Amino acid sequence: MKTSRRDFLKQAGWTILGSGLLGTVVQLPVRSARAASGSSEHLYGYIVDTTKCIGCGLCAGACRKENRVPEECYRTWIEHYTIYLDGQVEVESPQGGENSFAPTEAKGKVDRSFFVPKLCNHCKEPNCVQVCPVGATYVSREGMVLVDQKQCVGCAYCIQACPYSARFMNPVLHVADKCTWCYHRVLKGLKPACVTVCPVGARQFGRLDDPGSPVGRLIKEARLQVLKPEMGNEPMVFYNGLDKEVR
Amino acid sequence: MGLEALTAGFLFPNDFEVHWSLMIVLYPYITGLVAGAFIVSSLYHVFGKTELKPVARFSLVAAFSFLLFACVPLQFHLGHPERSFNMMFTPHLTSAMSGFGYIYAFYLLLVLFEIWFVFRPEIIARARSSSGIMQQLYRALSLWSMNDSEGALKIDHKITLVLAAVGIPSACTLHGYVGFLFGSLKSNPWWSTPLMPIIFLMSAIVSGIAMLIVTYYIVMVVKKQPVDNNCLRSLYKYLWGFFIIDLTLEQLGEISMAYSKSESWSVVEWMLEDRLHFSYTILQMGICSVIPLVLLGFVALKPMADTLRNRLGLICSALILVQVLAMRWNVVIGGQLFSKSLRGLTSYAPAFLGREGILVAAGIFAMPFVVMYVFNLILPLFESPADQAGR
Repeated sequence: MKTSRRDFLKQAGWTILGSGLLGTVVQLPVRSARAASGSSEHLYGYIVDTTKCIGCGLCAGACRKENRVPEECYRTWIEHYTIYLDGQVEVESPQGGENSFAPTEAKGKVDRSFFVPKLCNHCKEPNCVQVCPVGATYVSREGMVLVDQKQCVGCAYCIQACPYSARFMNPVLHVADKCTWCYHRVLKGLKPACVTVCPVGARQFGRLDDPGSPVGRLIKEARLQVLKPEMGNEPMVFYNGLDKEVR
Repeated sequence: MGLEALTAGFLFPNDFEVHWSLMIVLYPYITGLVAGAFIVSSLYHVFGKTELKPVARFSLVAAFSFLLFACVPLQFHLGHPERSFNMMFTPHLTSAMSGFGYIYAFYLLLVLFEIWFVFRPEIIARARSSSGIMQQLYRALSLWSMNDSEGALKIDHKITLVLAAVGIPSACTLHGYVGFLFGSLKSNPWWSTPLMPIIFLMSAIVSGIAMLIVTYYIVMVVKKQPVDNNCLRSLYKYLWGFFIIDLTLEQLGEISMAYSKSESWSVVEWMLEDRLHFSYTILQMGICSVIPLVLLGFVALKPMADTLRNRLGLICSALILVQVLAMRWNVVIGGQLFSKSLRGLTSYAPAFLGREGILVAAGIFAMPFVVMYVFNLILPLFESPADQAGR
């Protein structure tokens, strides 16, 4: 059978269009599944009270044990700020504050000194989720930002995109890793390990719509702050007593 | 602790390690060479710059050879290279990175088709004049289409023109896109600028032209053939022109950041003065910018003996190749040397051995030249002196 050029072009055109449509159809279930998880409500909130934190480091240790966090990687850490009267600022976080902080000698007249625990902010508008090229970083139905370790390609784009440096490359699994707010515990009705072990209640976690939990009410009423609000990520970790020197 | 000894100030605990290594420096460098080489081939094929004919085929094949290896550094970098195709099969379309596979694949096919149409008459001629296994090879390369009638060649020419024309925005997209990968990250003040795609594009064009000049010159010396001075002179002019734009944009990026003195400038300034003093101040903005900028002006505009012009042009091109490599290093590595605490600096020195080391990087960079060499054994990239005399 002889095919004219016109017919050939027509057939080629339909083939290309058909392949494109087929590809899209194949993609639909994947896309819709992701869209469903991405459109989730943020049900939980986390409050850090820097006026209460004593820098004991129990939270960071508990996190490492609970989540088998590799050495020299941090899902949560504590920063120690010393601000002198002359405006000089000193910050330290040896081993993420996990072994607490050795007493230091002040280099001048101290104006104020305090501890600031840090962790993933589980943002409402997470950069990390936006930039992940394969959708391995996603927002769970409960609004928690998680990493699918079986899907992650280990490109580290999310690590670059996180303004809080809350992510790291897991040296064992070679995928992006971060705080999950102890998702596995929360699903069982427990609180994250760091919240559970904090001896002074500097870390609080709870459902935003739970009338029995103070977290939702405090987030609404207590004039709390978030880290780097100018980034527009809408963090879900709120801070009480956040100093202007903290980034 | 080893890592802490190499840092200064306060870093967030996860900021000690530089995640995007030498491989991610190499990736935009190779991609840039592709874009630059393709632009030169299009200057001939689309814009009719006939003086560039001696390097027209070569530039196209050079673009293709570099393109073949543009993604290889990424494979060496990824934590799970076996999952890399997920970017195309299950892309997350809000990610700037997820589109790269498509743009890359489209561009690779486009360049491949263009090469085939450009070389078709040569392939057919060789299929006719050779025998045995070589004849079978050339027949296969012609896709068993031996029609080189005037009408067929006319159609080939038209198709080449269209492919080359479509290729120009594609080349710009490919490299502008690589710049966008960095420029769109608001979390990093050293990267986050809308200038980044255009800076990457201009430096890409500049590096591609410089690479063509250096390679063409070396190949001609090795083959003991005379260089086409007219062609080289034209390339110097393009190189100078694009380099002026490139440098202006690079300077503009830094000056606007310094002038606006945002919160992050103090740590960026510290990094530039400390960690990047050699690679940025001395190499990128100093030696490898000032010398070519001034010398190329003379080379492009002032009448002088061909030998002198070519020697100066060669030096400038080599310096520009280093300048662009330094620029890639300073962008990619520089952006990771300061902590997002904006209070501290880390360090990075690539290992010599290892998956992301200097040896592997050098090997990857050498591969496109191996491809060009093999290609040249099958189909000539340059005209023979007899062809040149016939023109």
